[in-house]
Amino acid sequence: MFGTLSYRKQKTIIIVSFLLIPLILLATFTYYPAIKLIYYSFTNWDGYSPEKPWVGLDNYREVFSNSDIFKVFEHNFAYFAMGIVQNIIAIYFAVVLNSRLRGRNMFRILLFLPYIMNGVAVAFMFGYVFDTTNGSLNLFLSSLGLKHLGETSWLGTEGLVNYALASTGLWRFMGYNMVIYIASLQAIPKDIYEAAKIDGAGSWQTLWKITLPNMKPVIQLNLFLTVTGALEVFDLPFVLTKGGPAGASQTYVQRVVETAFAYNNYGLASAMSVILLFFVVIVLAVQQLVLSRGGNK
Amino acid sequence: MHSSKFRIQDLFKYLTLLIGVFVVLFPPYVVIINAFKSRDEFNSSSSMALPHNFFNFENFKVVFERGGLLSGFGNILIIIVVSLALNILFGTMVAYVLGRFDFKLKPIVFGAYLVATIIPSITTQVATFGIIKSLGLYNTMGAPIVLYIGADVIQIILYLQFIRNIPYDLDESAMVEGASLFKIYRSIIFPLLTPATATLIILKTISIYNDMYIPYLYMPKQSLGVVTTVLMRFQGVNTADWNLICAAILVILLPTVILYFFLQRYIFEGVTSGAVK
Repeated sequence: MFGTLSYRKQKTIIIVSFLLIPLILLATFTYYPAIKLIYYSFTNWDGYSPEKPWVGLDNYREVFSNSDIFKVFEHNFAYFAMGIVQNIIAIYFAVVLNSRLRGRNMFRILLFLPYIMNGVAVAFMFGYVFDTTNGSLNLFLSSLGLKHLGETSWLGTEGLVNYALASTGLWRFMGYNMVIYIASLQAIPKDIYEAAKIDGAGSWQTLWKITLPNMKPVIQLNLFLTVTGALEVFDLPFVLTKGGPAGASQTYVQRVVETAFAYNNYGLASAMSVILLFFVVIVLAVQQLVLSRGGNK
Repeated sequence: MHSSKFRIQDLFKYLTLLIGVFVVLFPPYVVIINAFKSRDEFNSSSSMALPHNFFNFENFKVVFERGGLLSGFGNILIIIVVSLALNILFGTMVAYVLGRFDFKLKPIVFGAYLVATIIPSITTQVATFGIIKSLGLYNTMGAPIVLYIGADVIQIILYLQFIRNIPYDLDESAMVEGASLFKIYRSIIFPLLTPATATLIILKTISIYNDMYIPYLYMPKQSLGVVTTVLMRFQGVNTADWNLICAAILVILLPTVILYFFLQRYIFEGVTSGAVK
């Protein structure tokens, strides 16, 4: 039946029928929510009433005038700072593992291991590591003779908690960055290195003049992932500290979820989401700009 | 002189690698040794001390019996199988159409997938929640399934790379024999995409298994707990019993770790091809 139609007709039928459901899914769960989100952000909807009173820009005014809301981004900053450290470590290990080395495959497998682990399980695992009295970190520090440091309340101290949490993120995602950096290193043609060797370049010179410049696009990509990742942190503090102590580790997305689902203030939560979306789009636009400029050179 | 300098450099490399591996393995090591301790033993011994008996499976029994971990594994398995079957079906269909035909709206369709990656789903969840509710999917397995089946742009790009490498002659000779376009998709394109499909299945299985946000938000019902939400509940009830929590953590970590050690080649391939698009 279908096979007896001309290929022209078959082609039309296949295009329409194969794309229909996937495009409906894409529209329903990506674009429609985004449009709705913008609409909600101009209302003060409570999440269940049938009427959604229009309030214009009130929610946006509230976000920008309530210093409490933007202050939360200070907590996100810790994740950004640790993300930079994470990239530096990842580049280092990538360069090391790209050299001739015994057991480099085993090292790569082990260093990547945390990335595939369950995030909630990892969070609780670190809850135990960071525990003040029973925690293995404090025990380890004490056994090194650092008695004073070994009594730190890592997750209970305001100035420390975000860095403690962010270091868990570093533990989990460093291997992911590293594997991407290794792939980019392997893409650098070998003859460039041979030419450099013939010219008498030392290993430092090779690293600075050849390896790093060739990795530039991938480094940029990873750095932008770090920025957007830091803006969107949610699960780790949510599971491990519930935003505590006294809100000191609450991140922006956590605040959005709380505003919507705990305080039923969907309008304000939507405005906060739109602002986050806006930041992410700006970061990506900057990335595109930087990358395309790098390509023109 | 020269060679001794290189030795020091190598020594430094190995030293840093060993420190890295130590940092990676230290937290899981502590979890493993404490998962086998009884409560008394846990309270009286140091958390770094080895357990008296590595065959003390008491904690694991409690985790499965009281924690409902078995149903958590069952639920996540159903969600993974159903959503991946549909995801692979839709993903290959979209890739076949985009890879083999020319039509006016093609750039728009591809663009729609590309732009979708800019919108992080975590930011639109407030609105998605209302949609899931109005579809009657709240507190059913349908909610995570419909949210996981959509093809993403990385998947489509991966498939398109493979389709470009399938010679068009194969399609043409099938057409000469009178095969329909549907048959070409089913018996030529789909089977030849298997390597990409294998990579995608492994990566997506891991990411769905590890996801917390969607099941937490859309399936709060006790009987619909998946591994992540079951673990969160179990920890909430047994906050102080670290020996029990360690056992639960271990059980939940094992499946993906085992998968990883057997299939790491595919995982590395998938991770790098996704990023170097």
